[in-house]
Amino acid sequence: MNALLDIRDLRKSYGSTEVIRGISLALARGECYGLLGPNGAGKTTTLRLCLGLTDPDGGTITLAGLPVPRAAREARLRLGVVPQMDSLDPDFTVTENLVVYGRYFGLADRTVRARVPELLEFAGLGSKAQAPIQSLSGGMKRRLSLARALVNDPDIVFLDEPTTGLDPQARHLIWERLKQLLGQGKTLLLTTHFMDEAERLCDRLSVMDAGRIVASGSPRELIDDHIEPEVVEVYGDGAAEWGEAVGRRLSERCERAGETVFCYTRGARPLMQDLESRGDLKYLHRPANLEDVFLKLTGRDLRD
Amino acid sequence: MRIPRRKDWRLPRVSIRFVHVWRRNFLVWRKLAFTSVLGNLADPMMYMLGLGFGLGALMPEVNGTRYIVFLAAGTVAYSTMNSATFEALYSAFSRMQIQKTWEAIMIAPLDLDDIVLAEALWAATKATLSGCAILVIIWVLGLSYSALTLWIIPIAFLAGLTFACLALVMNAISPSYDFFLYYFTLVMTPMTLLCGVFFPVEQLPATLQAVSVALPLYHAIALVRPLVAGTIPGAPLLHAAVLIAYGVAGF
Ligand SMILES: Nc1ncnc2c1ncn2[C@@H]1O[C@H](COP(=O)(O)OP(=O)(O)O)[C@@H](O)[C@H]1O
Ligand SMILES: [Mg+2]
Repeated sequence: MNALLDIRDLRKSYGSTEVIRGISLALARGECYGLLGPNGAGKTTTLRLCLGLTDPDGGTITLAGLPVPRAAREARLRLGVVPQMDSLDPDFTVTENLVVYGRYFGLADRTVRARVPELLEFAGLGSKAQAPIQSLSGGMKRRLSLARALVNDPDIVFLDEPTTGLDPQARHLIWERLKQLLGQGKTLLLTTHFMDEAERLCDRLSVMDAGRIVASGSPRELIDDHIEPEVVEVYGDGAAEWGEAVGRRLSERCERAGETVFCYTRGARPLMQDLESRGDLKYLHRPANLEDVFLKLTGRDLRD
Repeated sequence: MRIPRRKDWRLPRVSIRFVHVWRRNFLVWRKLAFTSVLGNLADPMMYMLGLGFGLGALMPEVNGTRYIVFLAAGTVAYSTMNSATFEALYSAFSRMQIQKTWEAIMIAPLDLDDIVLAEALWAATKATLSGCAILVIIWVLGLSYSALTLWIIPIAFLAGLTFACLALVMNAISPSYDFFLYYFTLVMTPMTLLCGVFFPVEQLPATLQAVSVALPLYHAIALVRPLVAGTIPGAPLLHAAVLIAYGVAGF
């Protein structure tokens, strides 16, 4: 098996709660694989298990051909990680962060210093080489974390919610960079709860909920396999009553969330005709997307 | 993050790359070296000079030496202990909990064993510097010119390592900084007072003397004091062995 990362039937409990309940997946070289799930689904725990930071209660992990956790330290030589929370070293400048981090991989200062301009250029931090960490914005720190993850020129990079908490400009810049990495042949394992991020970047993804994988495939396959292709959203006064009386009858599936009714269907014509003839309800007709799949599979309840 | 407690008692497995964690701490220290050395020196210096000259003037000789010489030897050991403990408690804790430095290192190809070893050696290094600083003052003040005092340098490193390991154990079981205060009031202060930093252990009642002999600081002082006086300590291997035993148990 040529998978860079191969997970079989992974299990992990904290106390009496099983937070990872039998996860299997394999990453091929050069692909971007997404783990998609609401808060608490077990995404970070899965990554920590793959890094050997915590021991599984069952299952096997092979990373870059090595068994984890037994040979995790050696496996991490070929790996880059962008953790969910930035862990840049506040005692150092931007450049020192990269050089000191390179040392942990056994890289000579000379080697890393030669790569620093390229890494900072990639991260859009070319002018910040000597800046202290405290002076960086959230987006800059995130990008420096990404640069740090590349210091050892890894084969595979783990990214734990790389764009959570960033503004749209910063998110787009990160996405651009991740596409560049894929272009260079790197393999990415990405966790996110942003559908647009997953849809844009991932070749394949798994939707996780409560420690299980509930669906896997390419974004297109997931949409085709799990959901009706068209959605009509209806909102405003009277939407709920309309949903009960008409929406439910004219669509395959009809859900209500607060004041909005979502009608999923294979043909929206009858729904649209009804709404146009009434004229008093606001509505939106759009193709189904990954978010619809996600909500169908993981429910609309809040997760904290 | 906490230092996770291992379920099993396997021996630590260490990668040679642990050196770079030590180097990280050294690099940070170098940036602040001047203030750091000053801070390390000021407190033990004031004790040593204040008590040494102040009390010393009132006293006849202690164990055949001037009081300040007696105290200076105790201060070397005390300063070593304090410096190692402080580094391995507060500084290491902040690197672990607050700055997430350890977390960053553990996603690189290094394990917790590597970090703990590096932290222990780093704290021992700082302790050695503190011990040496006092040693320099001993030389400058002309309290001792014996070449044997050079032996104090490796002894300070060994004692520093011992106290660092003990403090790292404390670090692993503490939920917050506040906990360290217990270690200082319940362990460090009694140790300082019982082990003969300020006065000979023989002044204490027999039971307290017995406690003292069991404590690592007693053995550190037993090694340092004769060297300052210019004689070779009795049973040096025994004293060193006790320090090593405490250190190994801690690690
Ligand atoms: N160290 C831990 N101790 C106890 N429970 C934990 C620990 N880490 C994670 N959990 C629990 O495991 C579940 C999954 O968490 P996590 O993997 O962080 O989810 P995600 O990254 O998908 O948001 C959560 O319910 C969380 O509370
Ligand atoms: Mg997470």
